Amino acid sequence: MKKTLFDKVWDNHVVETVKNGPQILYIDKHLIHEVTSPQAFAELGQRNIPVFRPDQIVATADHNVPTQHQHLPIKDALSKNQVEMLTNNCKKHGITLYGLGHENQGIVHVIAPELGITQPGMTIVCGDSHTSTHGAFGSIAFGIGTSQVAQVFASQCLLLSKPKSMRITVNGTLKNGVLAKDVILYIISKLGTNSGTGYFVEYAGDVFESMSMEGRMTVCNMSIEMGARGGMIAPDEITFEYVKDREFAPKGNDFEEKIAYWKTLTTDEGAKFDKEYYFNAEEIEPMITYGTNPGMGIKINETIPQSNDASFEKSLKYMGFNKGESLVGKQINYVFIGSCTNSRIEDFRIAANYIKGKKKAVNVNALIVPGSQRVAKQIEAEGLKNIFETAGFELRQPGCSACLGMNEDKIPSGEYCVSTSNRNFEGRQGQGARTILASPLIAAATAVEGKLIDITTQLN
Amino acid sequence: MEKFITLNSKAVPLPIENIDTDQIIPARFLKATDKIGFGNNLFKDWRFKKDGTINDSFVLNHKKFKGAILIAGNNFGCGSSREHAAWALKDYGFKVVVSSYFADIFKGNALNNGLLPVQISPEFLKLLLEIIHINPETEITVDIEKQLISINGSTAIESFEIDSYKKYCLMNGYDDIDFLINKKERIEAFEKKLA
Ligand code: SF4
Repeated sequence: MKKTLFDKVWDNHVVETVKNGPQILYIDKHLIHEVTSPQAFAELGQRNIPVFRPDQIVATADHNVPTQHQHLPIKDALSKNQVEMLTNNCKKHGITLYGLGHENQGIVHVIAPELGITQPGMTIVCGDSHTSTHGAFGSIAFGIGTSQVAQVFASQCLLLSKPKSMRITVNGTLKNGVLAKDVILYIISKLGTNSGTGYFVEYAGDVFESMSMEGRMTVCNMSIEMGARGGMIAPDEITFEYVKDREFAPKGNDFEEKIAYWKTLTTDEGAKFDKEYYFNAEEIEPMITYGTNPGMGIKINETIPQSNDASFEKSLKYMGFNKGESLVGKQINYVFIGSCTNSRIEDFRIAANYIKGKKKAVNVNALIVPGSQRVAKQIEAEGLKNIFETAGFELRQPGCSACLGMNEDKIPSGEYCVSTSNRNFEGRQGQGARTILASPLIAAATAVEGKLIDITTQLN
Repeated sequence: MEKFITLNSKAVPLPIENIDTDQIIPARFLKATDKIGFGNNLFKDWRFKKDGTINDSFVLNHKKFKGAILIAGNNFGCGSSREHAAWALKDYGFKVVVSSYFADIFKGNALNNGLLPVQISPEFLKLLLEIIHINPETEITVDIEKQLISINGSTAIESFEIDSYKKYCLMNGYDDIDFLINKKERIEAFEKKLA
């Protein structure tokens, strides 16, 4: 039978199918962090059961860590407790932890790929919905709840029903200045935030084939924002080249053998998907969101659409925007470049390239938060740090930061923030904060201008 | 987990679409390391104003609506995978959430905590909301065994889907960890094959 990429990886990991029920899916890698793991460890404790495969778990502290003075003890007592709990649990169960201060620490979805932990053909889970990021390597990767974290601790398996399959094909060549973030914001604006519920997505076509791994990760990262459990892209030479020589990647002969297997991980010609969508690369422009879900996106030079839907109106009211309005020229006082969507080196290169020789506008607070310690080092090594600081941007230490407003990095109530993160929900970046999602290029341009501009006029 | 077979209760209407987990439980309340007390912070930024006073216009603060059933707009529970959302709803006292659509991860999380997501047609949802608005005393019956949701005192009834394995778990107070631990030998054999 003809199989999709998803089928191949999934079927390879099915331990057993429960009669009239779900399947037992084997998990290769389990990533954990401080926020969604403590209750799962507690569950094991209550039932008096050990962690089944501690070697297949990697932990880091990212969601709830300060992004300044990381060498000092954490000030917030609750955050400190959570991070210490993770440290103790990892020690007790023999789990590798890249905690604060470790050279491998960073946002869980940034560090696993950069360390070579994420590899094609794997099943990867984490108690965080943006685990879909790792699908960029042709792995099945998805977010799980804390009960499921406990299940994987106990058995290295999950009970799941196989999702349906969807393929999104984008052919053609992207215009100048149109980035991976624009591609995914465009797709979600067309399909809506629940179009993917119950599905696993494969991204195919010219655009993804020629995209860097960083770009592919940005796209797969936001699969969850259309409701899909995950997204994946077939591994190819770009993938192999990225994985090669990374710390935890197979080496020498093992690597060659793996590549031979990874090359089989493509969708067979003629394999059937439950749903298919097609888009043209030429139609896509730099995008921004204007509402309180990631599906509420427009091209930067378009106006906010008309709708009398109550949820739509509630959303515009929260954002302080009007139907039919253009956002070009809107004053913006906060810019955030970071999060697991756009905090890899490529993102900062793009931003720095724009900012170089310019200064941020006086009204803007511009925050740059690298995804990992390694990215932070590279920012320095490549001279980007200098560019950011000369331009008046504030460079912080790695963590989730203003993406979720869990610690002190928050946007004040009522203020607009152009953010490279993935969610513009009410209050996501702080109570009352108004988030406009965009690419690192638009974020950089906004910081320099102090307002949203039509970047396309500068590009052409 | 407690066994869950049928429920008879009044319901709270919350006809807002795309209610995400950041609304159900804002991130600043995720610093806890246990599952206790999340109900206090359920829908925190809707229940309370910025100055901490009660927001009278929010439905959970209306005395006339109460009960263990929450009836919400389309696409409930989207966003973050935080199970804290399910804990908050459960801890507040809800046993059932009714909507015309649920986000995947939320649905799984809810079921793992004995909170039943009941997905119904948009028409039935509309009817339910209308009837409850007219008479907040209306009781709703959710019968897991028969997979039916009905409005007492009316003929309106609809069936809902539930995975037969999950149904068994809910009705027997059994959970996935119990199940998986009993499969250890199979899992070990599978690992040998993988290697
Ligand atoms: S950066 Fe944001 S979306 Fe990514 S893992 Fe952290 S909180 Fe989640």
